[in-house]
Amino acid sequence: MPDFCGIELRHEVINASGTFDAIAARRVYGDTLLERFPFSAFVSKTITPEARVGNQPQRIWETPAGMINSIGLPNKGLAGFLAEDLPQLAELPVPLIVSVMATGRDEFARLVTAVGERPEVAAMELNVSCPNVHSGLIVGEQPAETEALLEALRPLTEKPLIVKLTPNVADPAAVAVAAAQGGADAVSLINTLKASAIDPATGQPGIAAGHGGLSGPAVRPVAIAQVRAVAAAVDVPIVGMGGISSGADGLEFLAAGATLVAVGTENFRDPRAGDRVAGEIAGAFEAARSGSLSRRHS
Amino acid sequence: MTAPFGRRLCEVSENRASGGYRLFSLIDEEGPEPEPGQFYMLASEQHWEQRSQRPLLPRALSVAEATPLTSSLTANSAAKDEVSDGLRLDFLIEGIGPGTDRLCELREGEGVWVNGPLGNTFSPPRELSAGAAGAILVGGGIGIAPLALLRRNFAAQNIPTRVLLGFRDAAHSGGLDDLFACCEVRLASDDGHAGHHGYVTDLLASMLAGDDASSAAVYACGPPPMLDAVGSMCLAAGVACELAMESPMACGYGACFGCAVPKPGGGYLRLCVDGPVVRAGEVETAHA
Repeated sequence: MPDFCGIELRHEVINASGTFDAIAARRVYGDTLLERFPFSAFVSKTITPEARVGNQPQRIWETPAGMINSIGLPNKGLAGFLAEDLPQLAELPVPLIVSVMATGRDEFARLVTAVGERPEVAAMELNVSCPNVHSGLIVGEQPAETEALLEALRPLTEKPLIVKLTPNVADPAAVAVAAAQGGADAVSLINTLKASAIDPATGQPGIAAGHGGLSGPAVRPVAIAQVRAVAAAVDVPIVGMGGISSGADGLEFLAAGATLVAVGTENFRDPRAGDRVAGEIAGAFEAARSGSLSRRHS
Repeated sequence: MTAPFGRRLCEVSENRASGGYRLFSLIDEEGPEPEPGQFYMLASEQHWEQRSQRPLLPRALSVAEATPLTSSLTANSAAKDEVSDGLRLDFLIEGIGPGTDRLCELREGEGVWVNGPLGNTFSPPRELSAGAAGAILVGGGIGIAPLALLRRNFAAQNIPTRVLLGFRDAAHSGGLDDLFACCEVRLASDDGHAGHHGYVTDLLASMLAGDDASSAAVYACGPPPMLDAVGSMCLAAGVACELAMESPMACGYGACFGCAVPKPGGGYLRLCVDGPVVRAGEVETAHA
């Protein structure tokens, strides 16, 4: 049973924010979702102070071993989230981590205070790295800004604060160090890589916004390198993610220094991917314990 | 009835040419019977993401027919002892990219990952009195698929149904003999190779000009320009109209937020969970 910032979890696999809507999934699959919930903690889609409708389509574009998205953080805003979504997310059988994002420190503080005081919430993830919203770039790209944000938010709640790091910087470990110095309890990485693709039919970008964030198996080697770099630089726990579609992929992240791993794009292909990845990781641990794992050099 | 949680492996029982399209069948031993308009996310078990690293994501396909399969228990031949062997699901498909090309190649006995049935369904005509005009089904191209299941469903409820189908040309047509062999169909083709030389919306316009049209209900699926035209005609004529739409979709169950379709007053629908069937006027345009 992994312990993550004092929260005891059933296994190592959670979801990447914005890649699984537990409320919509319950409408589609019924209460079986609760009985076989695929993640050991649930990370909500990012909420912002005010409601957002999201970006104009086209929002997604399939690429080699991956996809680009520019969704634009559609959400009901803080008030709508607390009134409508939180009661439903509280019915999930696992701890709830709420992802929050704001354009300024005061607004961020309002979110962390209001969400943090709700007993249904186990932890918060600070989205300082979403490349789709202009304001998200600024803090997460600057170690000093990140540290200042954490220093402002840290006194407002006793609940764990996880900083979601952007991969679109030269030195993500420097931002991780700043986050930890500012009081972050954990970091999660990677968010999507800034990317674009041209639609051959039109000669224009396939994504209406012109670019978006790349995810899927294509980004995994980049994510592994960044998790290794961050693990070497900070002592706080790491949630590793980026193109995980199997237990073997998850084990790579754990070996690179992650405490937990998150499944993202693979959820789109397989709604129970989290459960499958967790089972495969547990199977590998069991095999290692029983000594049946042969050493391979490939 | 909700879909089974997760994806499941189903076997291909048949895949053959149907006009210019392909019609393939899967044996689904687990899922509930789908409603007309519902869709499945499909990906071949083998050679899906391995070839040129695309396709990666499953593809959304409306179900064209769903046939319960039964077999008699050998020990007792009484009809009530028939056991369910699941469903045969039929899909009409046109290869237009790496995902649909791969699905077109499926061979009997191959595995397909299936997630569904997903999405909403059509609503029956509100006006069902003796003199009512009944249902008018308007299909264009590959969009005729969900109308086949809808027609069968309405026939089972004794709802009078007329079918208008349009195709671009002979190469871009199919499914007629396989999915609509049972009933009278009025045809239109852009190149005049079959039926009315022109758009299927021409046929709808003359039908709506009939004096009983106000009690009709129109159900359409086809290319976005056709859906926009059908929607406008019905809104102008005050005729109830539902459109089965398509938009880029990574997951099919509300997770990815990719299938957003703009609403007239601002904001978006998620076509996978709020659709794929929408009322005319509920979306700004069918051009997703």
